[in-house]
This record gives sequence, C-alpha cells and structure tokens, in this order.
Amino acid sequence: MKFVSSAVLFAALTMAAAPVLAQDFTGQVKARQGQFRIMAINLGILGAVAKGEVAFDAAAVKRATDTLAAVSMIDQGPLWPKGSDNMAMDGTNALPAIWDNAGDLGAKWAAFGESVKGLQAATDAATLGKALGATGGTCKACHDANRAPLG
Amino acid sequence: MRRLIRFAVGLAVLGMIAGWVLTRPVTLDDSVFAGITGDAARGEPVFWAAGCASCHTAPKVEEADRPILAGGQAFASPFGTFYAPNISSDPAEGIGGWSVIQLANAMQRGVSPDGAHYYPAFPYTAYQHVTPQDVADLHAYLATLPADATPSRPHDVGFPFNIRRAVGGWKLLFLNADYVLADAPMPEVARGRYLVEALGHCAECHTPRNALGALNRGQWLKGAPNPSGPGRIPAIDPASLKWAEKDIAYYLETGFTPEFDSAGGHMARVVGNFARLTPEDRQAVAAYLKALPR
Repeated sequence: MKFVSSAVLFAALTMAAAPVLAQDFTGQVKARQGQFRIMAINLGILGAVAKGEVAFDAAAVKRATDTLAAVSMIDQGPLWPKGSDNMAMDGTNALPAIWDNAGDLGAKWAAFGESVKGLQAATDAATLGKALGATGGTCKACHDANRAPLG
Repeated sequence: MRRLIRFAVGLAVLGMIAGWVLTRPVTLDDSVFAGITGDAARGEPVFWAAGCASCHTAPKVEEADRPILAGGQAFASPFGTFYAPNISSDPAEGIGGWSVIQLANAMQRGVSPDGAHYYPAFPYTAYQHVTPQDVADLHAYLATLPADATPSRPHDVGFPFNIRRAVGGWKLLFLNADYVLADAPMPEVARGRYLVEALGHCAECHTPRNALGALNRGQWLKGAPNPSGPGRIPAIDPASLKWAEKDIAYYLETGFTPEFDSAGGHMARVVGNFARLTPEDRQAVAAYLKALPR
C-alpha cells in the first residue's frame, strides 16, 4: 500500500514537473535577449560617435568596447536549449534553423567577438565607423540565418 | 434558333480570339538597345541595387562578392510555391546564352526568350522602369559571374494559376507603367524613386497585395503580411517610419536601427546589397521615403 501511494505520488510529481522541465525556457530567452540589449546600448554609444553626433572620447569608447568584448565571452551554449525556438514558444524570434545547423550560431557569435577587436583598435570616429560596419555585418549574418523578421 | 446558336458560337470564338490576342506576351522593340553597349563595371552596382543575388543564390548560401546564381530558393505564396531559377552564366541551365534584349524582355516585360509569361513573383512590375543602359550594363556584369549547371526547379503552382497565358490577363489588369510617386523634381528624390520603385523593388514586400497578388498602390509601403512566411513586413511610409533620413541611410549601410537592433531575415540581405552602393544612393532612398505623401 505504501508502495502504491509513493508510486502514485511519484507519477503525480513527474506529470506535474514534466511540462515545466520540458517547456519553460523563459529564463534562457530573457538572458539571451538581455545580453543583446546590453550589446545594443553599447553599440548605440559607439554609433553616435560614428555618425558624428558625439565627439570621439577614448575613455568612453573603451568602456563601451570593453563591455562588448565581455558580452562576447558569455558562453552561448546554455542560453539556447533545444525547444526554445519561435515555433515551440512565444516571446522569441529564434528560428528552428539554429538547431538544424549545429555550430552555426556559435561560429557567428565567435565572428562577433572577433569583430569587437576591430572596435577596440579604433582611434577616431572614422576608424570606429568602419569597424562598426564590420561588427554590423556579423550581427546581420546571424539575423539573416537565425532570426525571424520582427513586426 | 439555329441562327442564334451560330451567333453565340461566333461571339464565343471572337471572344476567345480577343482574349488570346490580349493575353499574348508583349515584348520590347529591338531598337531600344540601338547604340547602347553594356559595361560590366557599371553593371555591378545595378546588380546589387536590383537585389538579384538575394533571391537567385542557392538556399542558405551566405553573401559573397561574386555570388553563384544557381537558384532554388523557395517563395511560398497563396498561389503555390515559386522557385527562383538559375540565372548564372551557364549557357545551358543559366542565362549565359541570353542577349541583352532577351534579358530586357524578361526583366521589363516578364516574357521569357521562348515567348512565355513569367509569374510576377519575378518583379518585372518594378524592373519595367529600369533604363536600357542599366539593363545592358547588368547583362555585361552577369556574364562575369560564375556558371553553375544546376537545373532550375519547376514552380509548384496548382490549377488555375499554372496556366501561364492567364498571366497575360494579370498584366493587363495590374502592370502599371506609372511611378507611384508621380513627381520627383529633386534629383535626389528621383534617384531614390528609381532605387526604391524600380531596382530595389522594395514594395514587393512592404506593400500589401490584393486577392490576385497585385500590389495595392493605395497602400504604398504601408506594411504587409510576410509574403513567404509568418510575421509582418514593417510599414516604411512617412507616417509610420519616424527615423531621420540619416538613420535610414545608416541602417541601409550597417543594418543597425536607431535603437541599434539589427536587421534580420530577408532584409539583412537587402542591407548587404545596399551596403555595396554609394552613400549618396543610400541617402537618396531616405530622401524618397520622406518625400512620399503622408
């Protein structure tokens, strides 16, 4: 009898827990969107310099490029669990293609990190603008393949 | 009674003949290209502005300086799935054997070298405005790109849309030779109109379509459902797009929005194309978008 009740309890627990364990990736989605937001804010600081809206200030540029370098070192693996695509859940534009092409996201993330070195080497608004174009290319390459259109 | 039947039959035959004549493929006059010589170097920016590579490279191929236009990308629509054909320089499977006038008839009249209508998934409704010089230059540039012998995949289009002749009727109804922005007195806006309405064929995605797949010109660039997938293509008319001209030009160069998000999906490829044009051309697009009536 005790055995039966613990079996029932176990079954009830697993039934209750299973959908949560399998489906709830909102934390991972928030984390990856948050890192993109940090990137956008710091790219915006650099972009204002590149567009000529703000003067080139080496210290401010260094803070922004160091932040981007730090974000580029965040391990993406844990943030992209299988089943966290836009077909499986709401609140994300991540295409299933990410999981169909294993390694593609990681390679494109590494390309972003590599492009940040160009930003760190910039010495004035012109070189920063050129490097920012290269970084933009790495953003675009990944969004082209892996993100659904917004809207 | 017998006379009535004869009359009705006669009328039906006349109608069929009229329909046959009206829906026949109409081609350009050869004289359009008299005295025009193509130049490959000038054709390269035409190629990028026209976005040829965005649809005619093989599926999932990344951007390249000298793309292989093997075709094969699928474009789902309410009428069936269209597959972009091979337009590489291969003489058998691609278009390496085409003359300038054949390319012009394809791009500007939607008529193939063997005299069949193309489906308007190929944006000849926009390319009709392209200048003969630009077509000739593009023809010269396309010949310099790599050949690929992949056969074109037939479209997967069901009855009645698989009747090519019916496209002639569609053209009669919807092929409009006028620009949407009728007046463009400033040269910059005129250039932008050429880039947006003709070469760039932006409206193909950014303008909603009617039940027969024709663009609703009254809703020009006011956003539309994604023609080939879920989601919506954003509105970029002056009432909707609040970005400064400078921000639009910067977006077309780098893909960064004013909030420093970055373009995705098919637009990422469009940005890749516009990034290869001059700053003046990107600025012209921005000027055109702001010049549209609100």
